[in-house]
Amino acid sequence: MSAPTDHRPPPAPHATRPAGNEDMSSTVRAFEAYGDGDWDDIAREAIGEERIVVNMGPQHPSTHGVLRLMLEIDGETVTEARAGIGYLHTGIEKNMEFRTWTQGTTFCTRMDYVAPLFQEAAYCLAVEKLLGITDDIPERASVIRVLMMELNRIASHLVCLGTGGNEMGATTVMTIGFTAREEILRLFEAVTGLRMNHAYIRPGGVAVDTPEGFTTQARAALKNVRGYLKQLGDLMLANPIFKARLTNVGVLNLSGCMALAVTGPVLRSTGLPYDVRKDNPYCGYETYDFDVPTSKGADCYDRVVLRVEECYQSLKIIEQALERLDRTEGEPVMVADKKIAWPAQLAVGGDGQGNSLEHIKKIMGTSMEALIHHFKLVTEGFRVPVGQAWQTVEHPRGELGVHVVSDGGTRPYRAHFRDPSFNNLQATSVMCEGGQVADVVVAVASLDPVLGGVDR
Amino acid sequence: MSDVTPGGDQGSALTPPEGAATFEVVEVKKGMFGAQGSGDTSGYGGLVTPVAMPAASPRPYGSWFDQVVDVLAEVLEDAARTGGPTFDQAVEKVVVDLHGAASADAQQAELTIHVAREHVAAVCQALRDDQDLRFELSLGVSGVHYPHDAGRELHAVYHLASVTHSRRLRLEVAAPDDDPHIRSTTSVYPSNDWHERETYDFFGIVFDGHPALTRIEMPDDWVGHPQRKDYPLGGIPVEYKGATVPPPDTRRSYS
Repeated sequence: MSAPTDHRPPPAPHATRPAGNEDMSSTVRAFEAYGDGDWDDIAREAIGEERIVVNMGPQHPSTHGVLRLMLEIDGETVTEARAGIGYLHTGIEKNMEFRTWTQGTTFCTRMDYVAPLFQEAAYCLAVEKLLGITDDIPERASVIRVLMMELNRIASHLVCLGTGGNEMGATTVMTIGFTAREEILRLFEAVTGLRMNHAYIRPGGVAVDTPEGFTTQARAALKNVRGYLKQLGDLMLANPIFKARLTNVGVLNLSGCMALAVTGPVLRSTGLPYDVRKDNPYCGYETYDFDVPTSKGADCYDRVVLRVEECYQSLKIIEQALERLDRTEGEPVMVADKKIAWPAQLAVGGDGQGNSLEHIKKIMGTSMEALIHHFKLVTEGFRVPVGQAWQTVEHPRGELGVHVVSDGGTRPYRAHFRDPSFNNLQATSVMCEGGQVADVVVAVASLDPVLGGVDR
Repeated sequence: MSDVTPGGDQGSALTPPEGAATFEVVEVKKGMFGAQGSGDTSGYGGLVTPVAMPAASPRPYGSWFDQVVDVLAEVLEDAARTGGPTFDQAVEKVVVDLHGAASADAQQAELTIHVAREHVAAVCQALRDDQDLRFELSLGVSGVHYPHDAGRELHAVYHLASVTHSRRLRLEVAAPDDDPHIRSTTSVYPSNDWHERETYDFFGIVFDGHPALTRIEMPDDWVGHPQRKDYPLGGIPVEYKGATVPPPDTRRSYS
C-alpha cells in the first residue's frame, strides 16, 4: 500500500505508536477471503494451509473477564492455545508508590476483586514485617483477619463454582452460588461497610471492630451458607453430565504444577497437601484446627470437589474464630503504637463519614501537640524503616505473595503482588492443547483466574 | 537547579554498621518536609539524607540460614570443577532481615542472597536440585528500580520457596541501567516465564535466554517501561468543590 495522497488530517498523536512510523500497514500481511462454498476451501485458498486461529475473548462470556485465548484449532481439537492478558492493567502497583502506606490497602484491595481481603491481609502483614511489629498485632485483630479471609475464601470459591457451572450451561449452580455468596457479602457489609473494595485490614490491625451482635448474625448466615453448599454439592458432584464434562479434562500433574509454580486447589488436586496456612502460618493459623483436602485425579472434576471441601474447612475455621471473637470482646483491634494506629475513633460524623466530633473536640481542646501529630499522621502517614519484605498467604486461587520495599519514607518505594491467577494462567497451554474447544472453557474455569488480579 | 538552599546542602555522615563490607546507597533525600522550590526558612531544607539498604550480615546468620548458605557454597564449589561459577563469583553478599525479631528463628526473619547477574541460573539450579536445599517453587520475579544505586540501578528479586523443608528465601540480582541484562532463569524455573516478561515490560530488564521476551501487560508497541522511577505516573488535575486537586505524582510528598 502506498502512502495516501488525499487530504486526510494528520494522524492524531497516538500514545502507543512510535512517532514517525505512520504507515504500519506495509508490515502487516493481509488476507482476503471471498467466494462461496465450504469455509475450509476458502481458507485454504486464502491462506494456503489449513490453519485456523480463533480468538476467544477478550470479550467472551466464558473467559472469566477480559482474558484473551488464542486457539489454533483443527476441527474441534485445540492444537495450540495461548493466553493473552493485559486488557485490565490499571497500574495499581505504580499508583501505590504515590500514596501512603495506609492508603496502599485501598489500592491493593481492587486487584483481585473477588478475594479482596487476601490482598489487604498479605500487604498489611508485609508492611508489619518492615515495621517490626509482627508480634505486636492484637489477638483480636488477627482473629478478625482470619475470619474475614475464610469468609472471603468461601465467597470466592462460590463464584468459581457458580460461574464455572454457568459457563457449562448449569444456570442453577450459578444462582445458588451467588445466593450463598450474598449471605457472606451481607456479613462483609456489616463489618466493613462495603461489599467489595473494603480497605478494612490496615497495617497494625483492622480499621474498626466488628459491630454489636455480629457473631450471632454470622452464625445465622453461616447456617444458610452450609445449606447452600449442600445443595451445590448435590447438584454437581454426582451429576453424570457434569462429571462427563469435567473428568479427565484439563489434567495437570504434580511435576507440571511444580514446574509452572501452580498452587492452590489445582496443585492440591494432584495430591500434594501444600497450603501456606500450614506450611508457613500467619495470623495464628497454626492455632486453628482444620484439614487440607487433597485428591489424586488432577483434573477439573477433582478441583471442583476440592473447592467444595475447602468451603467446609473454612466454615470449620470460621466457627473457631467466632468463638474467639466472643472471648476477646472489647479487646483492641489495632496496635497500641499511636504513630501507626490511625489517630481516630471512627464514627459517622455530620458529613456521613470520618471522625467522631467528640474526638476532634478532645484533641483540639486539650493539646496543640496532639493536634499537630494528628494532622501530620493523617496527611503524611507513618514512616517505615528501610528494607524489603516478602509475605505470602493462601489465596483461594493459590499462593499470593507481596514484595514491599521501603526507602524509609511515608510511601511504598515499590509494592509488587505475585498474584496466583497471573501465574496459574501460564498453565492454559498445557491444560488445553490436545483437548476440545469446549474443554478450554472447563479448563480455564478450573484455574479460576480473576483478571483484575492477573493484570493489576 | 532552581531550588538552591540558602546556606548550602548539609550532608549527614553515614557510617557502615558493624561487620558490613559493602554499603548500598539506593536513594538520596533532600530536605525534611517534602517541599521543593519554595522558600524553606526552617533550616531543614538543606538536609541531605542518603538511604541505604541493609548491608551484608555477619556470620552466624542464625536459624537454618547458615546451613543453606553453606550447602549452597559446597554445591557451587562442586559444580565449579565442571565449569560452573564458584561461590565467591556467584554470591555477592548475604543479608538477613530480622524485621524486629530478636533472632533469626522468628517467623518474620528473611534471608536474601545477592547473586551476580550472569550466574543467577546456576545458583537457582543448585538451590532447586540439591536435596538439602530443594527450593522447588519459584514464586516469581519482581523488579525494583533504584536510580541512585550507581551501576546497579535495576534489581530483579526472585522469591523461592521450598515445599520439602518449608523454607523461603530471596535472590536479588542487580544490573546497570546502560546494560540491563540478566541471565534468564526459565531453564530452571519455567514458571518464571511470565514473571520475567512482566519485569521486562515494567522495568526494561532484558532476561538473556528467555524463550519469548515480549511485553505482557502493556501493548506490544508501548514506548517506555512504566514502573521505572523516571517514568511519570500521569494524571490530570481534578476540580472538586471549587478547589483543584493536583494529580498524585505532583502532590506534596513527605518522604
